Amino acid sequence: MKPNKAKHFRSIFAHIVLIVLSFLCLFFFYILIVNATRSHAELQKGFSALPGTHFLDNLKNVAKDGSFPMIRGIVNSLIISASSAAICTYFSSLTAYGLYAYDFKMKKAAFTFIMAILVMPTQVTAMGFLRLITKMGMYDSWLPLIIPSIASPAVFYFMYSYLESSLPLSLVEAARIDGSGEFKTFNYIVLPIMKPAIAVQAIFTFVGSWNNYFVPALIIQSKNKMTVPILIATLRGADYMNFDMGKIYMMITVAIVPIIVIYLFLSKFIIAGVTLGGVKE
Amino acid sequence: MKKKKRTVSYAKWGYIFILPFFITYFIFSLIPLADTVRYSFYEYYRSGIKEIGPNFVGMANYASLLKSDMLQYGANTLILWIIGFIPQIVIALVLACWFTDARLKIRGKQFFKVVIYLPNLIMASAFAMLFFALFSTSGPVNSILMSIGLIHTPIDFMGSVFGTRSLIGFMNFLMWFGNTTIMLIAAVNGISVEIFEACDLDGCNSIQRFLYITLPMIRPILAYTLITSIIGGLQMFDVPQILTNGQGNPDRSSMTLIMFLNNHLKSKNYGMAGALSVYLFIISAILCFIVYRMTNDSDPDGSKKAAKKAAREERRRRK
Repeated sequence: MKPNKAKHFRSIFAHIVLIVLSFLCLFFFYILIVNATRSHAELQKGFSALPGTHFLDNLKNVAKDGSFPMIRGIVNSLIISASSAAICTYFSSLTAYGLYAYDFKMKKAAFTFIMAILVMPTQVTAMGFLRLITKMGMYDSWLPLIIPSIASPAVFYFMYSYLESSLPLSLVEAARIDGSGEFKTFNYIVLPIMKPAIAVQAIFTFVGSWNNYFVPALIIQSKNKMTVPILIATLRGADYMNFDMGKIYMMITVAIVPIIVIYLFLSKFIIAGVTLGGVKE
Repeated sequence: MKKKKRTVSYAKWGYIFILPFFITYFIFSLIPLADTVRYSFYEYYRSGIKEIGPNFVGMANYASLLKSDMLQYGANTLILWIIGFIPQIVIALVLACWFTDARLKIRGKQFFKVVIYLPNLIMASAFAMLFFALFSTSGPVNSILMSIGLIHTPIDFMGSVFGTRSLIGFMNFLMWFGNTTIMLIAAVNGISVEIFEACDLDGCNSIQRFLYITLPMIRPILAYTLITSIIGGLQMFDVPQILTNGQGNPDRSSMTLIMFLNNHLKSKNYGMAGALSVYLFIISAILCFIVYRMTNDSDPDGSKKAAKKAAREERRRRK
């Protein structure tokens, strides 16, 4: 009897802790969305748990605001993040395939080098990077935010582990016998096999790029090229107290809700993806 | 024989396929690194519209950084990281045990996983802006606390050192505990069932089971989480930068190393920024080396597996 009771108690306790933690995770987003539906005057009166009726007004105010072009920012962020995700996953797969399927002299050295820089923070080279792209005439453009993602050691490592577990080299040999060129083999045989890994990494690269703030803030100067995080930062730096608070909450909402929506649709897939590399083996 | 032939005829494709990665890395990381190191030995800054330098000054930048507030900012970064990391690892360990303990019969596991992982994907800068609005003196949090009678006057969360640091630590905790939990669940699931069965037969309770089986078995992954979290902590930037509007207030007690670097970059003090970058590079290189050893050890206890997950985690870990 006794151990059974203790177990029961432990189970209830575990559920309570989980509910409290989930509450903590969702509570702030709940307030955010409720406040985004209320007008400035309503917000001044204090907090209310029920949504207001000014959702569309706030949205219109955000869309019309010329000093914080949020809609433009979202489009910019979308373009940059999607391009980064595309070229990052393509070239990481290509690099991984190159190191996995071929034998050549520098193979071991190349692999060791990538592993050594696996977790090197980009911030330590930010100063040289800034000077370099200024000299190359790419200052205040999107290219320095997109092109460097060709060299992503962590994505490479994920792709490499995936190839190890799912690409039999005999398949490549078979393609060769059928007269397929090496590049064609990669594009039409290897890439389709890697689809699951590419999808997972594309999502994570997209989110990482969407949320990135440090480097874009150093590079982008003109308002119509700014990404969402930079706009949020300018909002914070502005004379905040004189603002329409409903609009501020709406701006934060439009910055984070797209990702939440994507996440809710793909959550199962994303969570499985967090541990995919390990489970595959 | 056959294998050898393949080596000879296809080697060039290997080089061709890995070339884009190395060219990109060379141009956008190695050249900037060399440039950064070079200017760390120069006096090179802007005073008004006048550009001073570059004049070679040897180690002077390094010395004057040591005499500046850099060490204080390093300590701030460490404190902020610890405030976020300790609850994160404790909660993640507890949750990982609960989720993998069949006897507990946790309901809605998938739902809880989805919810606790959610904050990890949220834009750190927008999250910080949200907290700034919510915890301001006239914000909803104070309003709620006052309406339920817990406090009578609004709390100025961002006016005190303790309040600001706690908020930053709390945000880091919220953003990362779900990710760590999911990694640790995978680690615990990787432990062979027989070991747990044997331990149950020997009559050990949950606490013994945790201390003597689970903890030692997932040690490599824990170590990995620790190191990658330190690297992430070193890069801490978005949350304190937005929350304190780049000031690190009150009294620069929330100023992190990368915020300091950002200030030097914005004011175009290239000499100082270079020297600070080199300090950060040395610390990062040591941590990278530890990670390298972990991912390339041939030990069968799962540290490679951990490395894979942690590598992905690391990429997304915000500054």
